[in-house]
Amino acid sequence: MNRYPLWKNLLILGVVLLGLLLAMPNLFSQDPSIEITAARGAEVTETSVDEVRAVLDNAGVPYKDVELSEDGRLLARFALSGEQLAGQEAIERTLAEQYRTALTLSADLPGWMRALGLNPMSLGLDLRGGIHVVIDVDMESALDQALERYVGDIRAQLREHKVRYLTVLRDGGEILVKFKDEEARAAADKLLGREFRALALSSAEQGGTYLIRAVLQPAEQEQIKDFALKQNITTLRNRVNALGVAEPSIARQGERRIVVQLPGAQDPGRLKEILGATATLEYRLVDTEHSVADAVSGRVPVGSRLYRDRDGVPILLKRRVIVTGDQITDASAGFDGQSGSPAVFVNLDGQGARRMRDVTTENVGKPMAVVFIENRTTTEMVDGEPVKRTHKVEEVISVATIREPFGRRFQTTGLDSSEEAHNTALLLRSGALAAPIQIVEERTIGPSLGQDNIDQGFRSVMIGLGLVALFMALYYRVFGLVADLVLVVNLVMIVAVLSLLQATLTLPGIAGIVLTVGMAVDANVLIFERIREEIRNGSTPQASIRAGYDKALSTIVDANVTTLIAAVVLFSFGTGPVKGFAVTLFIGIVTSMFTAILGSRAMINLIYGRRNVKKLAI
Amino acid sequence: MRNKAMAKTLNIDFMGMRRAAAIVSGAVLVIALLSMLLRGFDFGLDFTGGTVIEVGYETPTELAEVTGALEAGGFVGATVQHFGSRQDVLIRLAPGSDDEGTSAQLSDRVFQALSAAAAGEVDLRRVEFVGPQVGEELREQGGLAVLFSLIGILIYVALRFEWRFAVGSVVALVHDVIVVLGVFSLFQISFDLTVLAAVLAVIGYSLNDTIVVFDRVRENFRKMRKGTVTEIINASIGQTLSRTVVTSCTTLLVLVALYMLGGEVISGFSLALIIGVVVGTYSSIYVATAAVVWMGLNKTDLLPPEKEGAGAEVRP
Repeated sequence: MNRYPLWKNLLILGVVLLGLLLAMPNLFSQDPSIEITAARGAEVTETSVDEVRAVLDNAGVPYKDVELSEDGRLLARFALSGEQLAGQEAIERTLAEQYRTALTLSADLPGWMRALGLNPMSLGLDLRGGIHVVIDVDMESALDQALERYVGDIRAQLREHKVRYLTVLRDGGEILVKFKDEEARAAADKLLGREFRALALSSAEQGGTYLIRAVLQPAEQEQIKDFALKQNITTLRNRVNALGVAEPSIARQGERRIVVQLPGAQDPGRLKEILGATATLEYRLVDTEHSVADAVSGRVPVGSRLYRDRDGVPILLKRRVIVTGDQITDASAGFDGQSGSPAVFVNLDGQGARRMRDVTTENVGKPMAVVFIENRTTTEMVDGEPVKRTHKVEEVISVATIREPFGRRFQTTGLDSSEEAHNTALLLRSGALAAPIQIVEERTIGPSLGQDNIDQGFRSVMIGLGLVALFMALYYRVFGLVADLVLVVNLVMIVAVLSLLQATLTLPGIAGIVLTVGMAVDANVLIFERIREEIRNGSTPQASIRAGYDKALSTIVDANVTTLIAAVVLFSFGTGPVKGFAVTLFIGIVTSMFTAILGSRAMINLIYGRRNVKKLAI
Repeated sequence: MRNKAMAKTLNIDFMGMRRAAAIVSGAVLVIALLSMLLRGFDFGLDFTGGTVIEVGYETPTELAEVTGALEAGGFVGATVQHFGSRQDVLIRLAPGSDDEGTSAQLSDRVFQALSAAAAGEVDLRRVEFVGPQVGEELREQGGLAVLFSLIGILIYVALRFEWRFAVGSVVALVHDVIVVLGVFSLFQISFDLTVLAAVLAVIGYSLNDTIVVFDRVRENFRKMRKGTVTEIINASIGQTLSRTVVTSCTTLLVLVALYMLGGEVISGFSLALIIGVVVGTYSSIYVATAAVVWMGLNKTDLLPPEKEGAGAEVRP
């Protein structure tokens, strides 16, 4: 007699039913939808639902549903993607001030399923289309910028405490402070050592001058790098949110990389431009006391710097900055009320506003310039080695006379087009990048290829499954049919686990599922061959079944554990799509151990366990 | 009983052929290694860096037209080929083939050039850009992954079996990896990240096979008191042969389905696995097991330490 105790049968049944439940959301179709989130300072509430409904009704766009999700987003579902686009247009036209929209897909699940928190599998970018970029943060320049700030601070401190120095300058990765005599250096050493704990100081003498060398302490370097990475992630997230992409993912990868994944995004050009842009604005006073011609011929007055405007005309500006981009709290694009030219309306934070008010009060009637700064990084191959070059483009975009003091809110004109005004406003709003970035990897999958991949993957799984099922049924007869049933259950379990974990399914992931289908029957093959052997050796059918399962067990475990090792290594070393393969391979092996050993035994017990069988159909 | 006909275990002298097999294996390995050394690999974008753009045209398009459009746009030296059908075109650009703007922007300009030249709509199906430094990292990580999985397996098998088995299985795995890589090198099939994933899966699969044989060898060493080491090993291989063949068949069935239907992107992946499954099945018998025989496995090596347990098992 081969019988499982009732609790074991119930447990297996329970697990299978749970698997079916978890896998079920994948059967429902995906509706084209619009994800609506609140713009700054607003919130999505029940009234927003009515607002959106009213807008869609007015525009005559048919929709399936508008509903509020727990995470503060609004979802409008449509039956067709044409209606989805019309809906987005209608919402953008009337509600653009309060809300941001993004196109997405969402499964049309019945209410009880959503109440249980069930979700379909999350598809990778190669299956649903989208953009994947890996961004490298230029840590060297983050450190350089930090040193530059210290140079300014050191000067200020020395001046404040009346320590006489010759020069303070950055020389590569260190700061050099030069003094005429030893006393001044000793005083400075004491002062700087007290004020700048993040710097490691050392003294030296060189050609009659006395030097202090300052380098960043290792801990400080780590902190600067960490901050640069985090700040950049925040900035990129703001930019992506402003662009309106549903379910964006922005994550840190290792020491200096950021991975940005934008499912469904379809304009890689614009996205990359916005992500990589480092544009910012600076406000400076124009130096009217000195001659521009002198400066052009090389005699730039101390305290001033030579700039050029967009037409290449030179202009002399004061070195001291009034406000910089990071003091801008908000910016929006529009048109100048008088000239009708594109303009950016800028809001400053408290500190910036105070400074702006002070400077403009003192300088009424004098001209002020707006400098547009952009870092462009290029990689070139020099002798087979990649060499990065960053060049800073600084252009004066407008010069205007200060008519009256102003502070918190003002406008800037002089931009080329309204599109540039839009982009500049977006960049100012989302904040500046703490360090220049560069895109080092990009994978964009168009939506049509994504759908092709899904279709091809699904077809290969089905046909592979069919072939294996046929083979097993012919070769092992009743036992083969049991193995087939178990195989289908295994497939359901894989889908269930993937849906539960919300692990991303990629095309190599589908390949992993196909491979597991082939390998999952291995456990059953091992068991069935053992049973055949036992029968040959003259055991009774019942004893053969028992011995077959018992003896094959250790072999199955050994064989699967080694494949699991390979899967784990793949997961830890692989990136993106390869990880997807490792995940499905791992899940498939684990679920197949359950279904092929416990599940198939339960079935065989039900078929043969009670009866006094003379012969097994194997 | 129906099965009586097959009742006798297959009596094939597998190990008797191990010398011939060693010569065949050796020759194949030499060819594979030579090819890797001399011809190298047709590394895909993942490892070399560069840009790949796949576009779909509305009508079948000649490659010359595409090349012309690219040259008009100032892109010289691009490799252009049909991908799957005559409507789909794959364009490869080597790293650093642009001099202004970041490389990541290159794909946008190429797509604009193609759209401008084409009569109908051009569908941007796929863009992959890998920076040179990333390519190098991926190459390094790939090598490390293969190495670490081999070490992990070596430890596991040594713990579960005996050091000779561990060495035997790893020799077989190295053999399989070299043969698969050799085929990719010899026929210059594009080698990308998914192929690397397949190579690691081959390691897992081939080991699966080896473990099943070893397991039986261990069991038989404890059970069969008569017979030489070679005889017992022959019997073990014979007993597991039908399982080995059946599993290889089912796995090959799904892999062939994947190769034919899975699309161009994973055809390299399925091909690597198909080769790996065939070679892995052979190597579990003729490389792994033969190596164990060569290293002088003794019957006492696998007896469980407790005498009592061993006695209990051999009781009829």
